[in-house]
Order: sequence, then structure tokens, then C-alpha cells
Amino acid sequence: MKKAVSMFLAAALAVGTFAGCGSSADTGSTGSAASTESGSTDSAADGSVFKIGGIGPTTGAAAIYGSAVMNAAQIAVDEINEAGGINGYQVEFKAEDDQSDAEKSVNAYNSLKDWGMQVLMGTVTTTPCIAVADKTAEDGMFEITPSASSTDVIENDNVFQACFTDPNLGTASAQYIGENKLATKVAVIYDSSDVYSSGIEATFVKEAANQGFEVVAEEAFTADSKTDFSTQLQKAQSEGADLVFLPIYYTEASIILNQANGMGYEPTFFGCDGMDGILDVKNFDTSLAEGLMLLTPFVADADDEKTQAFVSKYKELYGDTPNQFGADAYDAIYAIKAAIEEAGVTPDMSVSDIGTALTEAMTKISVDGLTGDGMTWEATGEVSKAPKAMVIKDGAYTAM
Amino acid sequence: MAKLNLKSMKKSTKDHIITFAMVIVVYIIVQTMITTGNMSSLMQGLLVPMCTYSIVAIGLNLCVGYLGELSIGHAGFMCVGAFSSAFCTKLLQDSIQNEVILFLIAIAVGTVAAAFFGFLIGIPVLRLRGDYLAIVTLAFGEIIKNVINVLYIAKDENGFHFAISDGNKIELSEDGIWLINGAKGIAKIPHLSSFTAGVIMILVILFIVYNFVNSRTGRAVMAIRDNRIAAESVGINITKFKLMAFTISAAIAGAGGVLYAHNLSTVTATPTNFGYNMSIMILVFVVLGGMGSFRGSIIAAVILTLLPEVLRGLKDYRMLIYSIVLIVMMLFNWAPKCIEMRQRIAAKFKKSAKKEAA
Repeated sequence: MKKAVSMFLAAALAVGTFAGCGSSADTGSTGSAASTESGSTDSAADGSVFKIGGIGPTTGAAAIYGSAVMNAAQIAVDEINEAGGINGYQVEFKAEDDQSDAEKSVNAYNSLKDWGMQVLMGTVTTTPCIAVADKTAEDGMFEITPSASSTDVIENDNVFQACFTDPNLGTASAQYIGENKLATKVAVIYDSSDVYSSGIEATFVKEAANQGFEVVAEEAFTADSKTDFSTQLQKAQSEGADLVFLPIYYTEASIILNQANGMGYEPTFFGCDGMDGILDVKNFDTSLAEGLMLLTPFVADADDEKTQAFVSKYKELYGDTPNQFGADAYDAIYAIKAAIEEAGVTPDMSVSDIGTALTEAMTKISVDGLTGDGMTWEATGEVSKAPKAMVIKDGAYTAM
Repeated sequence: MAKLNLKSMKKSTKDHIITFAMVIVVYIIVQTMITTGNMSSLMQGLLVPMCTYSIVAIGLNLCVGYLGELSIGHAGFMCVGAFSSAFCTKLLQDSIQNEVILFLIAIAVGTVAAAFFGFLIGIPVLRLRGDYLAIVTLAFGEIIKNVINVLYIAKDENGFHFAISDGNKIELSEDGIWLINGAKGIAKIPHLSSFTAGVIMILVILFIVYNFVNSRTGRAVMAIRDNRIAAESVGINITKFKLMAFTISAAIAGAGGVLYAHNLSTVTATPTNFGYNMSIMILVFVVLGGMGSFRGSIIAAVILTLLPEVLRGLKDYRMLIYSIVLIVMMLFNWAPKCIEMRQRIAAKFKKSAKKEAA
């Protein structure tokens, strides 16, 4: 009997949770009750603001990227609101955490839908983005990702990218090394369990064949073994590589630089946009990064007015130097703004109508942003902007 | 009449009926809420994951609660089930149009694949005494994740292409498709899972495990758990029964993986979804729900899946609150003082119920 009682209580609790959530959504916005009923999201809140949602990891291992994106997006939204909004409508932005997990990302997406989101700026990381892109396609919602760089992300028509695709970055890196004759023998150290890293590596090696240098070592590591790189470095050294290509994130890169220094191995190191941020790693001797080259669309100490304004604002609000992820997010919000202005949509339209209109407008706009001037978008969802090559000189990023 | 039946029934049978009834009642309530539009999108999105974790928790409970062996690699079996079934549906989705048949094939493939690996691991390990199974399953979970991350399989009109750790070597023609693309996992999986399918799977699995633990085999398994030497002395083949229970447990986890893979359009083997933490999470469901209680596993899995999402409003503090709730629940369930208190309250209920009856 005791068991029956406890079971009943537990069941009551579970049902209570369901009911609680259902009703809270009802009171939240009048439109969403209707929307859940029909299974689509034609809720338009009260029709006076654009609701932009953001999804990214603000907790967990990738929190650095997600937080940067959300902070920068908030800055962009505040700026837009201060300047009078988009077509006179104010913008609301809400960020949800997905811990860089596909399942949690879909949950975050659903929760934003309950909030009345009309346009999605996200997700930050690739794998969740593929899962969410599928849901936005179902709902016809317009989606622009600041930093999910795989080509799988943009397979649906309604999804656009504000960052380079991995293949582009790999090819561009190989071309840059080839054209500037930086090396004849190249070693690659990459994270085979990471989509971003292995995506760049694949196209880099492919393009290397056309660029007159030889890839002498392709050394992989995984997310489980990213604290010791001595074997990979030794292999690179014994093969006589004079340049080591690191299509990885800066945390691991800082360890690699440290260990290479300990071994007395001094090749040129070359990275991609994930390398941005290496100078801010705690307890890292930045003199080791001297001469490190990277291809990235954004550096925090570039001297143009826009970047400086953005960086100083970011520092003031969050006490941190923004990275490339943040810059992409900032541009993504402005891309949304430009697309809305081009399409002339209003917040009282349904989500799928806004989605269709924005998808069409996206190929017609051109945005001057932090990560490039005159960014335009293909119908495939790819952005076209030029990567900039940077080198670290005297402890600062300098354009080459 | 019905009440009389319920009383004369065996305690265990009554217990089972309550569990089935609970699942069905919740299902009906949820369905009504969906059709009347009272359920938020967030909740609707959580329904399938709740089913997934309930299933895996049931599977692990069979292993931990009845077999008495600790497995901390059930996420690994889930991973096997997810990848093998997603691989299969991706391969067959052009030739088989009927979604139900396709999903049934996926379930069969995922379950058999996970069972096979469970069996393989069990052969050497279950002969040993001690905590070896925990160690080996932990290793298995990590290995399977890394193996999948270096596996490249593609298909085009020239047939299949395989590669290990070197996906670049595969030269795919224009209309070829990637079946497994290393770290990118499997993308564009047809969306076959639904809440209804999940509930049906839970009911079938409950039916199987209840019958298993109440059968001759199940009693043999529990005898081994309680006293291995005594069980051996009455002629029970220890390894055989252990292996059987563990294989079924792995198979159920595989079925959970199938549901997981076909709910999201992409499946990758990352530490967050199929890693060590997930295995521990499943173990938490089992321990919180009560070892040996399948109903408890389901309830714990549902509540703990819901909790972090319901707490979304608390932003970054939600994981903090989540862990506090976890501790409180653990105390409420198992601390001697709490059990005492609950019994007192239950006794009061009983008294008043008797009074009313009189």
C-alpha cells in the first residue's frame, strides 16, 4: 500500500510538472497556445517586437564560445534598439544554453519557440546545429548560425552561416601556405573527434597536393587525449616538417606550443580562426606564440573604428576581450537586421512567412561587419568574405 | 469484482499492473494535453528523450538491480544501438518507404548489435568475481566512442567505401552519400521516433523484463546475486545465467539508443551524449529510482530529464539547483530518518483510510 501511495504521489508530481509547463506557456503569450495546438509556430507575440533567439553552450566545455556569442549578440541588439530598432520595431534577444549537445539544443529551441522566437541566431556549435536546422526547416524559421562551420549545417534552404565553412578554411590555408611559399614539408596536428578540426584537415590535405608542398605527417588526437602532444610533435620533428598546421582551438594549441618549446622544436606554426584567443590563455607564456600565423576573419586589436568600438564596449560590459565567435555573432545580428529591412517583414507576420521572406532577402543584402566588408550570401547559405592572415608579433596580432 | 481480483492477486503481479497502468495513464494524459494544445513545445520535445532514458534505465536496472553487477558503460551500448540502427535506416530509407517497417528493422538491428557486444564482453568478464564488469564496461564505452570517431563509411554507385582514421582517402562520386563520417557521425537520419513509439517500446520492454525476473531464469539470476556459492551448489550455471541477464540488459540499452538516434537528425559519439557521464547519469536514474524497481527507474528517468529543462528559467544556476535537487531526492529516498518519516505519514494515511472504510 505504501508503494502505491508513493507511486501515486510521484505520478501526481510528474503530471503536475506537465500541467504547470503547459499553463505557464499559455499565460506567457496569447499566441503560443494556438501555436502548440496547430503544431506550427505561427505565434507572433503581441506584434510589436522582433524576437530573436540565440542557442549556444553557455555552460560546459565549450562555454567560452557560447558566452562570447551571446554577449556580442546582446551588444548588437542593444545598439540596434538604441538606434531605433529595425524598421521602427524594437528587438528582443533571448539566449538559451545547449551545452553543445544536440539533444539539449533541440530542447533549447523548443523552449525558445514557447517564448515566441521569430528568428534564430544559432546554434554556436556544429553538431547541435544540424539537429536544430532540421527543426527550423520543419517550422520554416529563418536561422543564421554565427559559428557552426560544417557544410552539413546549411543543407536546408532556411539556414545561413556568418562564418566560413570548414572546407573553405582548409583550402584557403593550404593556398596561403602554397602561394607564400611558407614551407615545403608540413605536418598537421588535428582533433579527429572534432568536426571543425577534422573538416579543415580533410580539405587542407586535399588542396596541399595542388600547392607544391608535402604533408609529411597527419597526426590526430581526440577529445579524450588532449593534454599531451609529445608523440605528435616528435613525429612532426622526425619527418622534418618546417611548418606545423594546427586547425584546432587555442587551448590545445597553447599546450602544443609549450611542448614544442620544451623539445627545442621550432617550426612555423599556422592556425585557423579557432586559434584566436591564444594570447589570453591563463599561465601561457605569450612569447611562445611569437611568429604564430593564423587565418581569421577577426582580430580584437584591428585598428578600424568598428572593431575598436565593439571591443571597448565588450570589455566594458563583460570585462573580457571578445573573440572571433563574438564578432561573427555581432555580424549575424546585423545580417538579420539587413535582411529584415530588405524583405520589409513585420513582427506580426507568422514565423514561416518571415522565414520565407528573409531567406529570399538574404541573397540580396550586403553587410559591412566586423569580420569583413561587403559580406554577401549565396543561396546555399554560405557567406563570402575574405579571410585575413595575421601573425603574432611582439605579443599582439598584426595583419600580414 | 475487480477489487477482489486485485486483492487475491500475487503481490508482484499487482505491482506490475500498477507500472503498466502508470505508463498508459501518463500516455493518455499527455496525448490529451497535446491534442487540446495545453503542452508547450519544450515539453513535447522532451517526450521522446524521457522515453529513451526510461528504457536505458530499465535495462541497466536489470543488470545492477537483479544481476547485482555494476555496469558503467551502458551509454556505450546505447551508442552501439544508435549507430548501428541509424546506419541501417540511412542505408534502407530509399528502398523501404513504410516508416513503421523501417523503424522496426532499425530496432531489431540496434538491439541485436548491442546484445552482440554485451554478449562478447560478458563471455570473459562475467566468469570473474568482483568489480571487473564495471571496469571493462567503462573501457568499452570509451573505446566504442573512439572507434566510431575514426570510422568512415560511404556509399556511391561503385559500392561501399571504408576507411579508418583517414576519411580523405575515400573518393566519393557526385551522388555518393556518407553513411558514417568520422567525428561528424551520421547526419540526416530520418525522423522516425515518436512518443507513441517510445511508450510502446517501454511497455514491451517492461513486459519482457517482468516476465524475465519472475521466470525460472530470473530467480536463478537473483539467487546468484544473493549468494553465489549457494547458487552454484544447487547446480545453477553461473556464467550462463549472468551472461543471459547482461545480454538482455545491453540489448535494452541498444533499443534506447535506437530511439535516441531517430529522434535527432544527427548522431555523433561525443563525451556528452555517449560518454562516461551519460553512463553515470543512467546509473543515477537506477539508484534514485531504487535498484530492482523498474517503475522507480522510469519515474527517476522522467523527473531527472525534465528537471534541467524546467529549471531553464534560472539560467546558469540551473545546474547548481539540479545537483541540489539530486541530493535532496537521494536523501528523501534513502536516508533512514526520511524513510521513517515517510512510513509515519503513510501509516497515518492508512489509519484514516481504514476509518473511512469503517
